[in-house]
Amino acid sequence: MAADKAPKAIEVHGLKKRFNGFDALKGLDFSVELGEIFGFLGPNGAGKTTTIRILTGLARPSAGTARILGLDIGRDMRRIKKQIGVVPDVSNLYGELSAADNLRFMAALYGVPRSERTARAGELLEEFQLANRAGSPFRTLSRGMKRRVTIAAALIHRPRILFLDEPTIGLDVNNARALRRAIIALREKGTTVFLTTHNLEEANFLCDRVAIIQAGEILTVQTPAALRAAAVERPILEVTFDGAVSDRITAAIQSLPGVCAVRLEAGGTVARVEADELSAILPRLVSLLDETGLLIKEINTLKPTLEDAFIRLTGSGEEVHPGA
Amino acid sequence: MLDNIRGGYHIALKDIVTYYFKAPNISWGLLFPFALILAFYLRSPGEFLELVPGLLALTVLFGSTSMEAIVITFERRIGTMERLFLAPISVGALVAGKIVAGAAFGFCTALAVLVIAVPLLSIPVHHPVLLLLGLAIQSLTYASMGALVAVTVKEVFEAQTLANFLRFPMVFLGGVFYPVAAMPEVLQYVAKVFPLTYGVNTVQAALGIGLPPDAAYIWGQLAIVAAFGLGLYFISTLVLSRQLR
Repeated sequence: MAADKAPKAIEVHGLKKRFNGFDALKGLDFSVELGEIFGFLGPNGAGKTTTIRILTGLARPSAGTARILGLDIGRDMRRIKKQIGVVPDVSNLYGELSAADNLRFMAALYGVPRSERTARAGELLEEFQLANRAGSPFRTLSRGMKRRVTIAAALIHRPRILFLDEPTIGLDVNNARALRRAIIALREKGTTVFLTTHNLEEANFLCDRVAIIQAGEILTVQTPAALRAAAVERPILEVTFDGAVSDRITAAIQSLPGVCAVRLEAGGTVARVEADELSAILPRLVSLLDETGLLIKEINTLKPTLEDAFIRLTGSGEEVHPGA
Repeated sequence: MLDNIRGGYHIALKDIVTYYFKAPNISWGLLFPFALILAFYLRSPGEFLELVPGLLALTVLFGSTSMEAIVITFERRIGTMERLFLAPISVGALVAGKIVAGAAFGFCTALAVLVIAVPLLSIPVHHPVLLLLGLAIQSLTYASMGALVAVTVKEVFEAQTLANFLRFPMVFLGGVFYPVAAMPEVLQYVAKVFPLTYGVNTVQAALGIGLPPDAAYIWGQLAIVAAFGLGLYFISTLVLSRQLR
């Protein structure tokens, strides 16, 4: 029966947002399944934060509809807010209150029963390895700790969906890794995670599916693997030499049957060879290079990255971090 | 409804603990009215009693608005206000919570002044319950004014400037130092648009200083102060809600 069908975590249709004559969102359509980590990927100004603000009730759409857990954002926002947690890109808790007091205040605000507030705050502080700083004022914590307390605050009422806006921005490698592990643990507990990021490696590592947004439009929604597979049309062979390759040798490689393109990198010591069939081209290439007397240090076949996919789709890698 | 009441209550409680009931605020809140009272008392002890209702109303006005305007603007600047917007409560409940915290500070300051000044200076109190109710309603109304100031500006210094822009004409034309009835006719009309004018009237009548201690009159004046408060609260809520669009 249709009535028994579980609603999707998030369903967005034709979502538009216009600010002072500027179209920040130009009609977004996408959906997020329950229990998945969904990445919203795009350069700065693409519309990621605007989308998250609309879905969490901090802004209203100019047109279009969105449903969260089957509830309409226009009519049922208060009910939606009880079931979502939001971590903004800035850790915005009360500096004067301790980590534990901040969590207890959030618990009270979200209607967690008084008898459970302290225990729940303690549980989360333990989970995020902050139990020893429970009594420290929020303003005295390190950036990584602040980020973790902010995430804990968003989880205090056990939300079914967690919105994370650039969760690891500004964090050092260790803190960023710890946070990514925590996000994966959330999914394992059944929490749906909607994650905006412009860190491609993070999206690749965490997300079940990613949407790529640019200039207020969704370019594609796919799994990271499918995106990577679609990123390059032909296989690439990367050959590293012990010295620079001359123009004559480059032209010779280019003239081999099956070679589509040759690009030199690293001062001419690395050649990236695009070909239709790597298995066919490899013996010819080795034999040619043997004749030239050039020493091959390394040969690799390259796998396309999410960055390749991103650049291919958006036409630019600007303002996008390949990894942290 | 219950969510809103609970949310507003916890916001008020958090603000009281975090911002208002801190040693520097309490000492400033008490020092300001006592310094004024002492200054006027030393100047003319014989006529001092006439100024008591106005000074009490003034204490409530400054106690309720000074921090209110700053707290909301400050929270909007640092982003903590956004966290409150994300909570499952209405904007009205959020604003109410903020107002109650500011009003609690203004009321407690006035109460402290009252408790010390009444026996010390032998101030008569004809309607103690109405006096306390009057101070409470005034606290809420002036805190609502502070909230309106805060939601219409972006920076803390703008909030302070706008708050003073509204408060100082009220102080001089609202009957604090000089009876409204003795002012030029035009200024009497101006005084009618200030909630402080009616607030001073309620205190005067409750103490029986400057006005007869008529309970019906006090209720009427209180109703006007409360109407100002409700109007300011609804406008503040509306302005803040529109900013979420």
